[in-house]
Amino acid sequence: MTINENLVRSVIEEVLKNYQFENNGNAVAQTSTPVPETGGLTLTEGAIAEEGRKSDEVVIAVAPAFGKFQKTTIIKMPHREVLRQVIAGIEEEGLKARVIRVTHTSDVAMIAHRAAKLSGSGIGIGIQSKGTTVIHQKDLMQLSNLELFPQAPLLDAKVFRAIGKNAAKYAKGESPAPVPTMNDQMARPKYQAIAALLHIKETEHVVPHAKPVTLDVKFS
Amino acid sequence: MKSKRFQVLAERDVNKDGFIKEWPEVGLIAMDGPNDPTPSIKIQNGKVVELDGKKREDFDLIDSFIAEYGIELSRAEEVMAIPSVDLAKMLVDVNVPRSEMVKYTIAMTPAKAAQVLGKMNVLEMMMALTKMRPRKTPSNQCHVTNVKDHPVQIAADSAEASLRGFDEHETTVGVVRYAPFNALSLLVGSQVGRPGVLTQCAVEEATELQLGMRGLTAYAETVSVYGTEQVFVDGDDTPWSKAFLASAYASRGLKMRFTSGTGSEVQMGYAEGKSMLYLEARCVFITKAAGVQGLQNGSISCIGVPGAVPSGIRAVLAENVITTMLDMEVASGNDQTFSHSPIRRTARTLMQMIPGTDFIFSGYSAVPNYDNMFAGSNFDAEDYDDYNVLQRDLKVDGGLRPVTEDEVVKIRNRAAKALQVVFKNLDLPEITDAEVEAATYAHGSKDMPDRNVVEDLKAAQEMMERKITGVDVIKALHNGGFEDVAGNLLNMMKMRVSGDHLHTSAIIDENFHVISAVNDCNDYNGPGTGYQISPERWDQIKNIPNAIDATDFE
Repeated sequence: MTINENLVRSVIEEVLKNYQFENNGNAVAQTSTPVPETGGLTLTEGAIAEEGRKSDEVVIAVAPAFGKFQKTTIIKMPHREVLRQVIAGIEEEGLKARVIRVTHTSDVAMIAHRAAKLSGSGIGIGIQSKGTTVIHQKDLMQLSNLELFPQAPLLDAKVFRAIGKNAAKYAKGESPAPVPTMNDQMARPKYQAIAALLHIKETEHVVPHAKPVTLDVKFS
Repeated sequence: MKSKRFQVLAERDVNKDGFIKEWPEVGLIAMDGPNDPTPSIKIQNGKVVELDGKKREDFDLIDSFIAEYGIELSRAEEVMAIPSVDLAKMLVDVNVPRSEMVKYTIAMTPAKAAQVLGKMNVLEMMMALTKMRPRKTPSNQCHVTNVKDHPVQIAADSAEASLRGFDEHETTVGVVRYAPFNALSLLVGSQVGRPGVLTQCAVEEATELQLGMRGLTAYAETVSVYGTEQVFVDGDDTPWSKAFLASAYASRGLKMRFTSGTGSEVQMGYAEGKSMLYLEARCVFITKAAGVQGLQNGSISCIGVPGAVPSGIRAVLAENVITTMLDMEVASGNDQTFSHSPIRRTARTLMQMIPGTDFIFSGYSAVPNYDNMFAGSNFDAEDYDDYNVLQRDLKVDGGLRPVTEDEVVKIRNRAAKALQVVFKNLDLPEITDAEVEAATYAHGSKDMPDRNVVEDLKAAQEMMERKITGVDVIKALHNGGFEDVAGNLLNMMKMRVSGDHLHTSAIIDENFHVISAVNDCNDYNGPGTGYQISPERWDQIKNIPNAIDATDFE
C-alpha cells in the first residue's frame, strides 16, 4: 500500500486544528495531539442479531471494520466517541440503543436498512468506519432514507449526538426537524481519494451472506 | 532551517488537494492498468463466445449484457483486427467523418475502446470529441439547489439560469422529503426564465420516476451503472433492471440518460484490480446495450479519485470520448468540486469546453457552491463572469451568455411570484411577499428567511398523496394570472405525447422545437465545418457589460 503518509498527517492535523469539541455534559476530551485516543471501546460479538420486539429501541448497525480493524473516522474521531454520542442521543430521548455489526456489506444504505429491519421500532442507524451515517426506516426503499449524512469529514461529536436524538424521535413517532444539513464542497478534493482507500480497506472485511451479530459495547 | 520557498508552495491551493500514488492491485490507476484484459472477440453462429479474453461460460452479468446487446457484431472481427493506434489516428483525422467513424467505434469491445484512447494525448482526444459528439450545437446544464431546500430560491435561481443559457436544469435535495417541492419550484422557475428548458430532480429512483410520471420533471439522468458486477449488486440492480427503468421513462415521454464515471468502482471497493477507464468503458457499453440515448460521465461524483492519481483527468476526458464513439449524447461532467486550485479547475474544464459537448457541464452550479447539494460543482454562480470571459477570449461557445442585473432581478422576481401563486392555488404553505423579495435579490440561502420545515415536509407529502400533477400546476398558474407560463408548461406536457425530445442529444428551444442529433447532426470535417458561432451568437458572447466602448469617451 502506498498512501502518502505525509498528506494524511497534514490533513489530520489541519482538521484537528479546526475541530471544535463541544463542552456539554458528556463532553469529548480535548485532543491536542494528532494521534487520537483509540482505546476505551470494547466490542464483543455475540449471537446472530434477532428481530427486535420492543418498540422503544433503536438499532445501531456498524460496518465490518468499525472499532475492530479501523478505530477512527476519516477525521480521526475515535469510534468510541461516535458510539457514545449516538447512544447518548438515543437515551436522552428515553429510548434504548441496541448495537449490532453487519458484515455482509460495507454499503451504508444497506447497513442502515438492515438495522431498521431488525429494530423493534423500525428505526435504524447505519455507521461506516469512515463515519458516513444514515438514519433508516424499515418500510422505506433501501436506497431511500430518513436522513443521510454523506460527508463524513463534517460529522463531529455534536452531529452524532443529534443523529441519535433524531433517530429516537422518529422511533417515538415524532417528526423532528432534520439535523441541519452541512455542506463543504471542498471535502471531496481533500478527502475523496482517502475515503476510497478507507472504504477499500473496510470492504476487505466483508463476508458475503454473513448474518448481523449482536455487539456488547463496553466503554472504559 | 525551513525553505521559505517551500513554505509558500505548501500553502498554495493545489496542496490542499489529496493526491495518491497508483495502487493497481485495487484499481487505483487511471488508464492502461496492468490487469486490464487484452481486447478480443470471438463470434460463433452469431453469438459472442469470447469477449476481451473471457470465455462465454465465464461471463459475468456485465459481459453477458454487453455481448448480447452492446456490440455491432457484423463488423466486430474486422474492427478488432485493426491496430488500436490506427483507430486512434482515424478518430483525429478530419477526413474520416463522424458518420463513417461510428461504424468502427460501435463494433469495438470495451477493452478495445479503452486501449484506443490509451494511444491518444489530451489534444487528440479533444479533436475526437469535437468530431464525435452527436449534436452539432454545444449546450450546457446547471445545478439549482440550496442548503435550505428553499422553494422560492430554487424558482428564482432556475429562472436566472434559464436566462443565462442553460438548456437543462437539475435539482436535488438536502432533505429527501422536500423532493416534490424542489421539482415543482424548478419546473415553474425554469419556464418563467425561458420556455422549453428541461428539468430534473435527482433523488432515489422510485421517487424520481414518480415525479417524472406526474409531469413535475421532464428528464432524468441519475440512473447509475457500474463497471463491476459486485457494485451493481450492492446497488440492488442489474443491467437488465436499469434497462427496464430506462424503458419506463421513455414510455412516459421522459428524456433520460444513464450516469457512470471513472473511480466509482474503486470508491466502492470493488474494482477487481482493473483500471478506472476500462471499467468505465464497460459502463458506456452497458448504456449502449440498454438502448439509452445518452450518458452523463466524466467521473461525476467520484472525480476526487481519478483527480488524485496520475493521468486521471486525461482518463476523464477519455471516457467522454468513448461515450460519443458509441453514438450517444454525452453530458460531460465538470459538475463536482475536484480541486482547491483555480488553475486545475480551469484546465480540467477546458478539456470539454473547447471541443464542445452535448452538455459541457452536467451541472454547472447556478448557485454559490455553499448551496450546491451535489456537494459542489467545478464552476459555480460566482464564476459566471469568468466563464463568460473565457468564451469571449477564446471565441468558444460554452452555452452561456452575459446578462444585466436589471434583467436578472426582473426574471427572479417573476419566478418567485409565479411560485407564490402556485403554492396558494395548490393549498401549499404560504409563500410570503418577504420571501419573494428576498429571493429576488438573493445570492444564496444565507440571504433567505427560514421556512417552517416541518410544515413544508408535511405539505410535500400531502401533495404526492393528493396526486398533484403537472396539469394542476398549469391550472394554478393560469388561475393566478401567469397565462404565458401556464402555456409553456402545457407545451412541455405536450412534448410527452410527441416524444420528439427522446431522440439522441435533444434540447428544446424557446419555440418548443427540438434540436437533436437527428436534425442538428454534427458534421465536423475540419476547419470551417461543424458548429460555427453565428454573428448573432458572437455578438451575445462579445458584449460583456463591463467592456469599455470607445464611443463612451470624448
